[in-house]
Amino acid sequence: MHSFGYRLNGLLTFSLTILAIMCAITSLSDNLNTPSPSAEIQIMNINWFQKQPQGNDEVSLTMNISADLQSLFTWNTKQLFIFVAAEYETPKNSLNQVSLWDAIIPAKEHAKFWIHTSNKYRFVDQGNNLRGKEFNLTLHWHVMPKTGKMFADKIVLTGYSFPEEYR
Amino acid sequence: MGLIGDTVDSIKSIQTRQLLSQAVSLGMIVTSALIIWKALMCVTGSESPVVVVLSGSMEPGFKRGDILFLHMSNAPIRAGEIVVFNVDGREIPIVHRVIKVHERQDTGEVDVLTKGDNNNGDDRLLYAQGQQWLHRHHIMGRAVGFLPYVGWVTIIMTEKPIIKYILIGALGLLVITSKD
Repeated sequence: MHSFGYRLNGLLTFSLTILAIMCAITSLSDNLNTPSPSAEIQIMNINWFQKQPQGNDEVSLTMNISADLQSLFTWNTKQLFIFVAAEYETPKNSLNQVSLWDAIIPAKEHAKFWIHTSNKYRFVDQGNNLRGKEFNLTLHWHVMPKTGKMFADKIVLTGYSFPEEYR
Repeated sequence: MGLIGDTVDSIKSIQTRQLLSQAVSLGMIVTSALIIWKALMCVTGSESPVVVVLSGSMEPGFKRGDILFLHMSNAPIRAGEIVVFNVDGREIPIVHRVIKVHERQDTGEVDVLTKGDNNNGDDRLLYAQGQQWLHRHHIMGRAVGFLPYVGWVTIIMTEKPIIKYILIGALGLLVITSKD
């Protein structure tokens, strides 16, 4: 009853249980944080806007993205994954979301930033519906913790639109 | 010589009833683990509620050896979610992020494109021949939480099966030779 094996077993079980409880409490502490992020995206230029040979519209644009996401970081945050997506509706599709750019913010100091970039991923429609269309740009973030539950949310910025003609 | 004699004696001295009751308790432990696993499958709505991260394609967020908790609901699939999917014909599920979503007006069906955070290109190379998009039936769950390092136990047991046999053999020996 008190042999080495039993003591080792009891010790291991106890320490694993305590570790699991600590991870759960750490994750719960993330709920205490009330974030107040802000972001702004400006489209500086539509570089080109063409219809591909297969019939799908494609556009390349350059954006200015500035954001302050420092309030999203807690002691349990490993990194913040952010991306900018364009959202729009077409006759065939009720929702289209196309990710244009993403980044990983590893620490709170880097969470307040400004970047001038063209779209990292190709912005291709399913079809040729983009001329003159209005779209939203959303900045999404995904809080990836050191342990526990992940949170995701977004800011929606409206009022952007494509040019009427290809160029 | 004395040690071998002692071990043989202890194996000979096991009564049938004691052996049976130990077998029953072992069976109870295995069955309750199975019950917990199946209950988790029901609660999370996913076929495998916990997966181990096997590759480095989502670093630095998820490293090899982390485990992910999955949950599948009927909520529509949206960009930014980390999903676990099976490509037709491949056994091993892949955990990547959704970067493009096209949802049909009429049927509500959805075309999804995924990409690993640490990969340069999207996952079209990983999909089946000629497949451009994933659909809802490919997706097994969304990642909602994670625990670091715990998955290494599974990785070691899968990649070096000899350790699995050693562990089970040692456990079996312990059960047989224990005195209560």
